[in-house]
Amino acid sequence: MKRGLAAVLVLALGALAQAPLKVGVVVSATGPAASLGIPERNTFLLLQELLSRQGGVGGRKVEFVLLDDASDTTQAVRNTRKLVEEGVVAVIGTTTTPASLGMIPVVAEAKVPMISLAASKDIIYPVDAQRYWVFKTPQTEELMARAIVADMAARGVRTVGYIGFNDAYGEGWARFFEAEAKAKGIQVVASERYNRTDTSVTGQVLRILARRPEAVLIGASGTPAVLPQRTLKERGYAGLIYQTHGVANPDFLRVGGKDVEGTLLPAGPILVAEQLPGSFPSKRVALDYIQRYEAKYGIGSYSTFGAHAWDAWLILRPALERALRKADPEKDLAAFRAALRDEIEATRGLVATHGIFTFSKEDHLGLRFEDAAVMVQVEGGRWKLIRTFR
Amino acid sequence: MDATILGFLLLDGLQNGVVYGLLALALVLVFTVTRVILVPIGELMMFAPLSLVWLQSGKLPGTLGLALVLGVLWALLERGRGRALPLLGGAGLFLLFLLARGVAPLAYLAALLLVVYLGVSTYRVFFQPMREATVLALLIMAVGLHVAYQGLGLVFFGPEQFRPEPLLPGEATVGLSWQGVLVLAFALASVLALYLFFRRALFGKALLAAAENRLGARLCGIRPEEAGMVAFAIASLMAALSGLLLAPLINAAYFMGFMLGLKGFVAAILGGLLSYPVAFLGALLVAFFESFTSFYASAYKDALAFLLLVPALFYQSLRAKGVEE
Repeated sequence: MKRGLAAVLVLALGALAQAPLKVGVVVSATGPAASLGIPERNTFLLLQELLSRQGGVGGRKVEFVLLDDASDTTQAVRNTRKLVEEGVVAVIGTTTTPASLGMIPVVAEAKVPMISLAASKDIIYPVDAQRYWVFKTPQTEELMARAIVADMAARGVRTVGYIGFNDAYGEGWARFFEAEAKAKGIQVVASERYNRTDTSVTGQVLRILARRPEAVLIGASGTPAVLPQRTLKERGYAGLIYQTHGVANPDFLRVGGKDVEGTLLPAGPILVAEQLPGSFPSKRVALDYIQRYEAKYGIGSYSTFGAHAWDAWLILRPALERALRKADPEKDLAAFRAALRDEIEATRGLVATHGIFTFSKEDHLGLRFEDAAVMVQVEGGRWKLIRTFR
Repeated sequence: MDATILGFLLLDGLQNGVVYGLLALALVLVFTVTRVILVPIGELMMFAPLSLVWLQSGKLPGTLGLALVLGVLWALLERGRGRALPLLGGAGLFLLFLLARGVAPLAYLAALLLVVYLGVSTYRVFFQPMREATVLALLIMAVGLHVAYQGLGLVFFGPEQFRPEPLLPGEATVGLSWQGVLVLAFALASVLALYLFFRRALFGKALLAAAENRLGARLCGIRPEEAGMVAFAIASLMAALSGLLLAPLINAAYFMGFMLGLKGFVAAILGGLLSYPVAFLGALLVAFFESFTSFYASAYKDALAFLLLVPALFYQSLRAKGVEE
């Protein structure tokens, strides 16, 4: 008993004496991507609280150095440089694809492992000399496009119209969706673009309606995704309307109201965690996250985006523990960062909120389609699970 | 393209065009009287519906705090009896907001008055002290305010969009809701009101005189400071009203102002920042052009709309005499 107490004391003193492990975090807490970045930031604040209560990782305190990039690539790159100079062991972030792409050369040059929270496949594929250091947690457009096309094929849809953001998000979706659709013999009959600040999409919608597609996919995120859908409804469109997982937040339902009733979208399974069958592997982890998040920020406040940040930590935490056994960050930071990277890549079968992560030398996303995507429909102003792919 | 699509596109262009037109008129008005290019007009427009949404859900919007801070600064800048006016106005506004929480008709009035108060105090605090500065310096100030107000909009109202209930629900004809008709009627009424104000009212004439020749107007007993305040008040009233009417149609968010303001600016440039009728027609032109490009080449819509600037600027450059006041 006494010896146990002494051991704890020694450990605690050791932890006090050692400087905390710094983990750099960049998120878009302000700017256009703030609706994604804010839940991510909140998640790290929550994690920081939990960690200080539990006493850190492997007997070491952990400190998140949280920086905001204002949804701006230049700012994200500057933040990353700053974090690297501060001696962080790894970088998590950032929220958007363009800014994440901008951070890659910085972390690669400094040889710091990075886990991005942005969607695009370009961030981690192909795994070349620079992307060797980069991992990510959110599903790619490619993976989600596959879910949509699978659902369309199951419903016998033959012709589809597409309208998406006139930026990297909309373009990425157009590219992957068209490729997936073609492979399944579904014809994309119209491909239109609009800006998130646009106040009217009448022209684009009329062009889509003139081609009479059986379904329309809207490649947009957040509340600006409501406008095309409302215009479609106003012009009397009666076919199926698909959205992307970029709309999976409560604000979309609030602004959309009855106009978005019946919308189909692919989503990470956490969006409908309590509706998942008991055998679904990520259900328990997802419910745990939701319960913790809502306890701090209020009922109904969680979103799938914050869960990507949670997943990043779920991956990093065991990797940190294993890397601590291999190298000491106090003595040789470079060696520790390299060891940490190898340990992240060695992650196998890690159950997280959005699926099961198994990284490999070629795959730095590590999500399997079957576990990471479900189809959801808006019903009575709520998300309803309609299909899993397991 | 058939007749139905053409009709829809024209209606869509008209509805957007009158809004750009109102903003263009406000920009021309403010520019001629004060030489300020009012870049933050889009933000003033955005503050109105978002403050309304906040009031309707029973909360006090952050814009009220901003207005009160500017009001206090305004009072500090004034001397003597002039101090009472902004302070009384601010206190009245605060009381109105307390009363208007959750009371729909009062909330509209409160949102409107808030933006007018904000507009006038913005002029008094930021632009009037630099009234002798060059147009460029005033423009730099205006751009700075635009960035600051947009950022504050994000802080006050968050990143997502909001949609107030329309004043008049339902559709008038196919392709045009009653709310859209309301926007058109409002545009027509304000164009008429502005015309009457400038042609018939003594105050309007004084404003025109101040715009035409500042020194001459001063000699006739017109205070340019007062003229500037009135110009800002009218411009922010127009911005607030069009924002309130427009929000149910397009969803209000902190980022909505800039693009609308920019399109209004393009229209105002087409009118050389001087002519009201040409600015309004220019706005309609921009909107029709936009609605047709969104049908034919949606990816290039904004680029093409701003391309309209090139011939207008070319024309202006040929016409300009190269002397500033």
